[in-house]
Amino acid sequence: MKKKVLTVDDSRTIRNMLLVTLNNAGFETIQAEDGIEGLEVLEDANPDVIVTDINMPRLDGFGFIEGVRKNEKFRAIPILVLTTESDAEKKNRARQAGATGWIVKPFDPTKLIDAIERVTA
Amino acid sequence: MDMNEIKEIFFQECEEQLAELESGLLRLNDGDRDPETVNAVFRAVHSIKGGAGAFGLDDLVSFAHVFETTLDCVRSNKLEPTQEVLKVMLKSADVLADLTNVARDGGSVDQARSAQLIRELEALAKGEAPPAASAAEPAAPKAVAAKPAPVAKAAPVEPVVNEHGFAPVAFSFDDFGGDEDEAVSDLPAYDIVFKPKSELYTKGNEATLLLRDLSRLGEMSIHCNMDSLPPLDQMDPEAAYFSWKVSIKTDKGEDAVRSVFEFAEWDCDLEVTAMETGEASESASDDLPMQPVPFDLSALDGDLDVPLGVVEEEEQIAAAQEAVAAAETASNVVQMAGNASRAAASEKSAAAAAAAQNNAQQASSAAAPTIRVDLDRVDRLINLVGELVINQAMLSQSVIENDSNGVSSINMGLEELQQLTREIQDSVMAIRAQPVKPVFQRMARTVREIADITGKSVRLVTEGENTEVDKTVIDKLAEPLTHMIRNAVDHGLEMPEKRLAAGKSAEGTVKLTAKHRSGRIVIELSDDGAGINREKVRQKAIDNDLIAADANLSDEEIDNLIFHAGFSTADKVSDLSGRGVGMDVVKRSIQALGGRINISSKPGHGSVFTMSLPLTLAVLDGMVVTVAGQTLVVPLTAIVETLQPDAAAIHSFGATQRLISIRNSFCPLVDVGRILNFRATQANPVEGVALLVESEGGGQRALMVDAIQGQRQVVIKSLEANYTHVPGIAAATILGDGRVALILDVDAVVSASRGQSLQLESSLAAAG
Repeated sequence: MKKKVLTVDDSRTIRNMLLVTLNNAGFETIQAEDGIEGLEVLEDANPDVIVTDINMPRLDGFGFIEGVRKNEKFRAIPILVLTTESDAEKKNRARQAGATGWIVKPFDPTKLIDAIERVTA
Repeated sequence: MDMNEIKEIFFQECEEQLAELESGLLRLNDGDRDPETVNAVFRAVHSIKGGAGAFGLDDLVSFAHVFETTLDCVRSNKLEPTQEVLKVMLKSADVLADLTNVARDGGSVDQARSAQLIRELEALAKGEAPPAASAAEPAAPKAVAAKPAPVAKAAPVEPVVNEHGFAPVAFSFDDFGGDEDEAVSDLPAYDIVFKPKSELYTKGNEATLLLRDLSRLGEMSIHCNMDSLPPLDQMDPEAAYFSWKVSIKTDKGEDAVRSVFEFAEWDCDLEVTAMETGEASESASDDLPMQPVPFDLSALDGDLDVPLGVVEEEEQIAAAQEAVAAAETASNVVQMAGNASRAAASEKSAAAAAAAQNNAQQASSAAAPTIRVDLDRVDRLINLVGELVINQAMLSQSVIENDSNGVSSINMGLEELQQLTREIQDSVMAIRAQPVKPVFQRMARTVREIADITGKSVRLVTEGENTEVDKTVIDKLAEPLTHMIRNAVDHGLEMPEKRLAAGKSAEGTVKLTAKHRSGRIVIELSDDGAGINREKVRQKAIDNDLIAADANLSDEEIDNLIFHAGFSTADKVSDLSGRGVGMDVVKRSIQALGGRINISSKPGHGSVFTMSLPLTLAVLDGMVVTVAGQTLVVPLTAIVETLQPDAAAIHSFGATQRLISIRNSFCPLVDVGRILNFRATQANPVEGVALLVESEGGGQRALMVDAIQGQRQVVIKSLEANYTHVPGIAAATILGDGRVALILDVDAVVSASRGQSLQLESSLAAAG
């Protein structure tokens, strides 16, 4: 069965890149445009792994991750943070919110797939 | 979808982000201090940087990065967004737009300008930021990241640290990109002690997966230590009880081993020891039952001075610096441990949920869901609907011709079809309708640039920017509008000293408004400058032989002289508005859109340009009339009323002019057939019908036609592609009976009647 990935990113460019990369790698991809939408589609999407941006309107990545972790069903789902923020402080905040790992942009398909493979069974 | 398509999407998105950026900056400029505005501005630049990075657009990335850094200072309240700061940012937004365009279309940017702005942005970021904290913080972890190995020597093996207790436990705090210690990378065998904390699991990591990853690096043996597993009744299902000891042989290097644990490094005790070859297997069996080697930095808590002091004595100063970084990390670990308590965690997530709810409420005003459609598809749809309208009209006509009683069910069905067709057409047109906002926003930049060049202080006020109009109209609006704005700032507004002397504020205002009025969009451009110098205009017109020296012109007529070809009021040709493009070109491009332009001016108070444009270039409601045996369509929006002239109401005036008296006022009578050269002599007005039309700036005229056939919505088919511009004719259409009818350009006909008839007639004759 295909693994399901939920991606949350406000940039259409990055969303499309994620979609192409993930589909090519054989994943099923569900996409949301910000944290609020991400939480809304979470139940129905029922993903195996989540990839999220940090800087987003309405609800940012930190808030989104906290929201996911609060959900009994998804509190242990792997969440990867996809962001250009490579500085330690932001990474640490994402971790405190409950992120599993991170992928530093610029977007690199190989890095993305590797990271997903690493955190999913 | 391939990368090129995604790149196309990226540039589309850039345009949106740039618009967002500009409007956000302008809002900040107006005193908006909503943090969400700053966030939106930051995100716009951030998004552009992110996408640009993925496509390797380095110029764009580096500029966006500097810009973003400065914006981050505003976001974190380190930099007050004053007018001066925003001025730099608005200019930076312009440069960012230029860089984006260059990245898409090629060409070059003004390097000096972007370099200058980078310096200004950096100065802003530095000047206002707290000096020590922000500069030192990012530097420290970096130093550690570069050389992870020496840190290992500084890290303690046992909880009680003493000077003999150091073991080579490498621990990286950032990316693993640095050079490795030579002695380590040479050896292909490693011992790894891995003891997860419960946090590792709550963050979605999984020890099994990490070990699976590890096993891919090479041959390994693994032992699980279950010593700390309590009896079942005391077991906390959420806790972490197991630890593992792994011996692995790999040629991938310590880097690869460590990067397996990259995501888990904060939530486990990890010890990686490079072994002498052959020693690995020995040690693996030696240590059973394994003693988990604690590497819990929280043990350092409160005792920091001790290890630091020791390290300083033992090691070089470099090691001491790294220990400071380690201490920082330690405090992070402690903090995380503190957060792990359940009560605290649930409290925190409740707060997060509340914040999320807040955000959701804020977002309720956000835009309705939209989809993006290729413009080609919409155009195809519009064309098809146009054909449908024509077809439906033809069908109606032939049914009417063959069905004299007019009550048959076919007729009723046809009426319904007509209504449906009409609705479909309106809906399709609505798809193409777009707010004028992007064009207005572009004008903001034009104003800034010209204000800079002329040394004038200008504020652009826009109103009604959400007014919608057909996309083709919007696209063609930018150029004339830019030119008019240039004119308004360059010629219209006075220099600040002059303004102050005239009792006005030093800052001039240019106002751009858009609104819907009777099926058209009206765009007004006003300035509070000096207004038109009528004496100067008049003199110039006389000098250029545009008018006779003794011509008696109303103020309005003088003002409208500036639309004449080759007319320029500036004494010397300036850099800005004197690019060989006069207001006549503006007028022509507005007319080409089926629009009208008009000026009114008050000396000392400024000028107002009013443009009235059709909402769409695809269809119009027209009155179908007959003129000298030809079928013409007169746009309904121009017609005020129709009347049957009475012989008594017609008055001769001069040799050829005739007036018609309507309700006690006189209105010039214009024979359309004569103006268009359909006939050589004027027709008898009593035998025809007069259409009272209102033209922009020219008052009313009565257009004489022979007969009215009816009112109809017609699909506009451009003539220009095949016949170039034909004076007096706006376009053509296909009628229900399949015949082609020309659409009358009412304004051209009216102005032709006002004295330019010769020019029009000769060109028409030449065309014929």
